[in-house]
Amino acid sequence: MEIVMAFVCGFLFMSAIYLILSRSLLRIIIGTGLLSHGAHLLILTMGGFGGENPPVLADGVTEYVDPLPQALILTAIVISFGVTAFFLVLAYRSYHELKTDDMTLMKGSEEID
Amino acid sequence: MINFLLLPIIIPFFFGMILMFNQKSIKYQRITTLFGLLLAILSAFGLLINVYKNGPQTLTLGDWPAPFGISMVSDMVSVLLVLTTLVLAFFIVWYGFESINKKREQFFYYSGVMFIVTGVNGAFTTGDIFNLFVFFEVLLMASYLLIVLGGEKAQLRESIKYILVNVISSALFVITVAYLYSVIGTLNMADISVKIAEFNQPGIITVIAVLFLLVFGMKAAIFPLYFWLPGAYAAPPIPVLALFGALLTKVGIYAIMRTYTLFFTHDIAFTHDLLLILAVMTVIAGGIGALAHFDVKQIIIYNIVIAVGVILFGVAQMNEAALEGAMLYLVHDMIIKAALFMLIGIVIYITGTSNLRKMGGLMKHYPALGWFFFIAALGLTGVPPLSGFIGKLLIIQGGFEAGNIWTSIFILASSLVVLLSVIRIFIYAFWGEQGQLSSDINKTTYNRLFFPTILLVLVSVAYGVGTEFILPFMDEAAKVLSDPSIYTDAVLKGGE
Repeated sequence: MEIVMAFVCGFLFMSAIYLILSRSLLRIIIGTGLLSHGAHLLILTMGGFGGENPPVLADGVTEYVDPLPQALILTAIVISFGVTAFFLVLAYRSYHELKTDDMTLMKGSEEID
Repeated sequence: MINFLLLPIIIPFFFGMILMFNQKSIKYQRITTLFGLLLAILSAFGLLINVYKNGPQTLTLGDWPAPFGISMVSDMVSVLLVLTTLVLAFFIVWYGFESINKKREQFFYYSGVMFIVTGVNGAFTTGDIFNLFVFFEVLLMASYLLIVLGGEKAQLRESIKYILVNVISSALFVITVAYLYSVIGTLNMADISVKIAEFNQPGIITVIAVLFLLVFGMKAAIFPLYFWLPGAYAAPPIPVLALFGALLTKVGIYAIMRTYTLFFTHDIAFTHDLLLILAVMTVIAGGIGALAHFDVKQIIIYNIVIAVGVILFGVAQMNEAALEGAMLYLVHDMIIKAALFMLIGIVIYITGTSNLRKMGGLMKHYPALGWFFFIAALGLTGVPPLSGFIGKLLIIQGGFEAGNIWTSIFILASSLVVLLSVIRIFIYAFWGEQGQLSSDINKTTYNRLFFPTILLVLVSVAYGVGTEFILPFMDEAAKVLSDPSIYTDAVLKGGE
């Protein structure tokens, strides 16, 4: 199971990096979304997949699932949703102001001399 | 086990929330912000006294015992930085009354400042590595707001890059924490320190150490990773720039300092040498940037990069003298960078340009501004009675003690580059022919900008002249940094 998850994470990172390196701003944002998904899956994997039962105290149950990675993912997902939403709004606004979503045209350094 | 140490985090957060209401009334916004920051400064000062008397204070949230729940730890290092952060935020907000425009004030500028302070203080105080990530996100989210507020073209363009860099580094941070968790099986920083000491740092931990350096280095702007900083920091208005320059990179430095003195102390030969090399490279890169530019903002921004290198050079030595120097220099640098940005802001206000070539002859009409700039410049360089001196002296002393003779001499020599870069501003802007002047200079506006600035410069002078009074606190901080057992005992055994 861990091997499969490693491949899934790796694939997500690969596609994320491919998308982030492209020129269109929207593709970059999708790339950051995939990147954070990869990171979240990685946390889940790093907690280990041992344990069959939910982490609730009960008689006769000794093999618990580690609850901590799930709590961590919950926090990280919420944060990445927030950031992605902000990023999308910013992209929309800057498309209006700058009239482009092409990163190569956003280099500009007219103020810096 | 007192909730007192949460006050410097909760008070700005609370005021940030109530500032969201009644956002059109500027008077309400300003008074509430200053009042909130004053309250927070008082509580942080009380905390400082408490930590000095009783040792590190810890709080375990929800009463979960230390390695299991989230703990907040306030040792000397964190409380000093918290207090500095709040004092600087106070001055920068006061300065911003005149230089941030009305529209920004009505659109959550003050809430943004309060939330950024919340995040910074939280990052300094937390004792849980995942919580550090959460507080990083809090301050980053607020910084995204502040950097884009106003919606000018340059701001939008630069903030896209800024956000992209930070999103990627946050993802890396989560990945690194996941690796650390899978190897060590705990997230509590004190517990991690104890467990790594038990394992005696195998190779995989060193890999994680380098990953942490990568993540925090991106925030702290160390050598190969500082590329985003000059553009992003130049875009927002001066008070925001001062806030970022004084606080944000320092959180990255603090995180490197904390992880490299608490966790990864068993294979110094690799990790700390890497840090040393990168610190020296950072100084070189910053020096080149500071000398290459003719834009006053850019010169001071590259001076941030130089200071990052100097402080991390101190951290890389891992002996008490250098760590104490790094702490002194860190606090000094926060104060002096804020003061310099504020002075630069006034110069830009008077001349209406940030291009040095168009300035000149300000000394005749604004002698006080000139002299205060001169004092701040000397303080930045580290001329003896002023604030940069003792920190740099201790860092160099630590460097010699650790046997890094040549790099220490190099760091010492880099002061000359710093001096050259800021004195160049002094010479071009204040001497010579009368240059360009802005058409609408309002005397009261100038005075209102000038007053908080001189107060802050005087604070920095007092910090240098009164080092005698500050040294006991810094000694305590250096002890915590050089001996992890003080920190771990305080957290795991619940303090004294």
